[in-house]
Amino acid sequence: MLDPIFIKVLLGTLLLAASSSVVGAFSFLKGESLVGDAIAHALLPGVVLAFILGDGRNPLFLIFGALVAGLIAHYGISFLEQRTKLKGDTAISLVLSTFFGFGIMLLSAVQRTGLGQQAGLERFLLGKAAAITLSDLYVFAALAVVLLVSVAVFFKGFQLMTFNEDFAAAIGLPVQAIRFVFTILTVLAVTVGIQSVGIVLMAALLITPAAAARAWTSSLRLMLVLSAVFAATAALVGTVVSASLPKMPTGPWIVLALGGIAFISLLFAPEKGWIARRKRAKGNQLKTQRENLLKLLYGAEEREGETVAMTSETIVAMRRQHLDGLRKTLRSLKKEYLLVERPDGFALTDKGRTEGRRVVRLHRLWELYLTERLGMAADHIHPQAETMEHIITPEIEALIVKELGNPELDPHQSPIPYEED
Amino acid sequence: MEKSIEVHNLTVSYHSKPVLWDVDFKLPKGKIIGVVGPNGSGKTTMLKTVMGLMKPDSGYTEIFGQPLDKVRERVSYVPQRESVDWDFPADVMDVVLMGRYRKNNLFKRITKEDRRIATEALEKVNLLEFADRQISQLSGGQQQRVFIARSLAQQADIYLMDEPFVGVDAATEDAILKLLRDMKNEGKTVVIVHHDLQTANEYFDWIVLLNTRLVAAGPKEEVFTKELLQEAYGGRLTVLSKLGDLISDTEFPLREPDFKEDHPKE
Repeated sequence: MLDPIFIKVLLGTLLLAASSSVVGAFSFLKGESLVGDAIAHALLPGVVLAFILGDGRNPLFLIFGALVAGLIAHYGISFLEQRTKLKGDTAISLVLSTFFGFGIMLLSAVQRTGLGQQAGLERFLLGKAAAITLSDLYVFAALAVVLLVSVAVFFKGFQLMTFNEDFAAAIGLPVQAIRFVFTILTVLAVTVGIQSVGIVLMAALLITPAAAARAWTSSLRLMLVLSAVFAATAALVGTVVSASLPKMPTGPWIVLALGGIAFISLLFAPEKGWIARRKRAKGNQLKTQRENLLKLLYGAEEREGETVAMTSETIVAMRRQHLDGLRKTLRSLKKEYLLVERPDGFALTDKGRTEGRRVVRLHRLWELYLTERLGMAADHIHPQAETMEHIITPEIEALIVKELGNPELDPHQSPIPYEED
Repeated sequence: MEKSIEVHNLTVSYHSKPVLWDVDFKLPKGKIIGVVGPNGSGKTTMLKTVMGLMKPDSGYTEIFGQPLDKVRERVSYVPQRESVDWDFPADVMDVVLMGRYRKNNLFKRITKEDRRIATEALEKVNLLEFADRQISQLSGGQQQRVFIARSLAQQADIYLMDEPFVGVDAATEDAILKLLRDMKNEGKTVVIVHHDLQTANEYFDWIVLLNTRLVAAGPKEEVFTKELLQEAYGGRLTVLSKLGDLISDTEFPLREPDFKEDHPKE
C-alpha cells in the first residue's frame, strides 16, 4: 500500500479535493451551491467531444473541452435567468439536464467504438482517482496549485464580490472581470474535482467542506483553510479505503466522509453547532429558574419588611416546581453566595438581594413599558414581563428608564426598586 | 451654485419598465440633501444610476461636473443595509477595511495606513470596541454604523446613502445625525435616500421630491409645502404607470436603436 506511486496518487488526490473545495467555498457563500453541480454535469459533453475530436489521451485536451462546455453552461444559465422569465433553479436544472443528457448520448456512442473504455472515460461519471495515470495526475495537480494561488491573489476581490457586489462596482473594481475569473476558476475546480469524485457527486466536494467549515469559524480566511483540510481528509479516507478493500469506489467514499465531517461539524461546533445551541437554551433555563427563585424571596422580604427564610418544601409549594429541579437551582445559587442555608430555610445574601431586586425591577419596568408604549391593558402584561425580566440587558434597562423618565411606580402601583448608591 | 450632482434628463427602467421618467435636477455642494418619496418612487434606482450600477435608457449623470469614472475616489456609496447577507464570515474591521479597497490595490495587502484610517472611522461611529465582533452578531443599528464607517474610510467628498435610518435605534439615529452635521461642516456633501416624511424636514437642508418623476428639488423651505408633498405622496400618476406597464408588456424599446445621448465630456 505504501508504494511510491500510491503515495503520489494519494497526495495528488488530496490536492485536487482541497483546491476545488476552496473555490466552492465562495459559491457556497454566494448562495450559488447548485451552479457548481450544473457546471459539473455540463462538462461531460465537452470532455467527450474533446476526446472524439482531439487526442483522447492528452489531459490538456480534456481540460480545454471541459472549460469550453463549462463556460457555455455558466453563461447559458445567466442568459436564461436574465432574458427569460425562468427562475434561477429552473434555469439551472434545464441546463444541467440538457447538457448531461447530450454528454451521456455522446459517451455511449464512443463506448460502442471501444475507444472510450480504453481512455477510461467512464471515470468522469463517478470518479476513480486511483485509476488516473501519473502523467495525468501531474497536470491536474499543477492545475490545483494554480487554483489555490489564484484564490489567494484574488482574495480581496472575491471577498467583496461575494459580500457586497454593488459596493465593489461602486468603488470602481472591475466587477465583470473578477466575475469572469471566478467563473473560470469554478469550471477548472470542477474539472479538477471530478477526477476524484466524478461528475455526479461533484456538488458535494464544492459545497460540503465549506458548509462544515462555516460551522467552526466566522473568519473567511480560516474558513477557506478549514474547507481545504476537510476536503483533503475526506479524500484521504476515500483513497485509502478504495485501495485497501476490493471493489470499493473512491468518489462515493470521499463524499460519504465529507458528509460525516459535515454532520459532526453541524452537531458539535462551538456556538453554531446544534449541541452548543441546546446548551445555551438549557443555560437560559437555569438562569430563569435561579432568577425566579431570587425574585420569590425578594418579594417575600418586600411584603414582610424583613429577611425571610423559606424551606425547600415551601418553595416547592409556592412555585409548583419539582423538588429535583429546585435542588439543582438552590445548589447553584448557594455556590455563588446568592443564598445561604440557615436552620429555618434558605435566605437571600446581600448579593442575592441585589440580584432579586434587579429582576423585580426589570419586571415592573417592562410592565410599565408595555402599558405606556404599547398601550396594553394592565391585566394583560404580567406573562410577557415574566419572560422579559430574564432577557433585558443593563443597556436596554438604561434605555427603558431613560425613555420612561425614571418612573417610580409600575402599572399596579408597586414601587420600582432602584439600587441606592 | 456650485454643483455636486447633476442628473440630466434621466430615464431608467427596471425589467424594461420605466421607473424614472425624464428626471432632471442639480444639487448643491456642502449640504445634507434628502431624496424623498413614497415606496417604489425610484429613489434607490436614482442613486444606483448615479453610482453607475444601473444603466439609464437615456440621459446622464455627473458628479462635480465630471462623469463618475473620473471622480470615483471622491464618491462614497452606502447601500441599503438589507442588501447584503450579514451572516457572511467577517468581523467589523474586515468590512470597514473594504472602504480602503481600490482598483489599484486590489492585489496588494492591506497597509498600516489603511488600518489607521479604518480605526478612525470606527471611532467616529462609536464602534471601536466592536472591531473584532462578528458582523452576524450586530444589531441593525450597529450594522448601519459599520456601513457608514466603511464609507467614511473611503475619505470621499460626497456620500450617497440609501435609507441609513431604516430600522435603527434612537442612539444610532442620533449618532448618524451628529456625524452628518460634522461632515457638512467639513464641506462634504451628503445625499440620503429617505422615505419618512416625519423626519425629512428636520434632517435635510435640501430636498429632492421624487415619485417616478421629479416633483420638486430645492431648499427644503421651498419644497416642503403641502401642495408639493401631496403631489409626491398622492399616488402615482395613472397615465404614467399604465404607460409603463404597456412598455414592459410589449417590450417596447424606449429609444430608437441608433439613438445616442452620450455624456458631453466622454
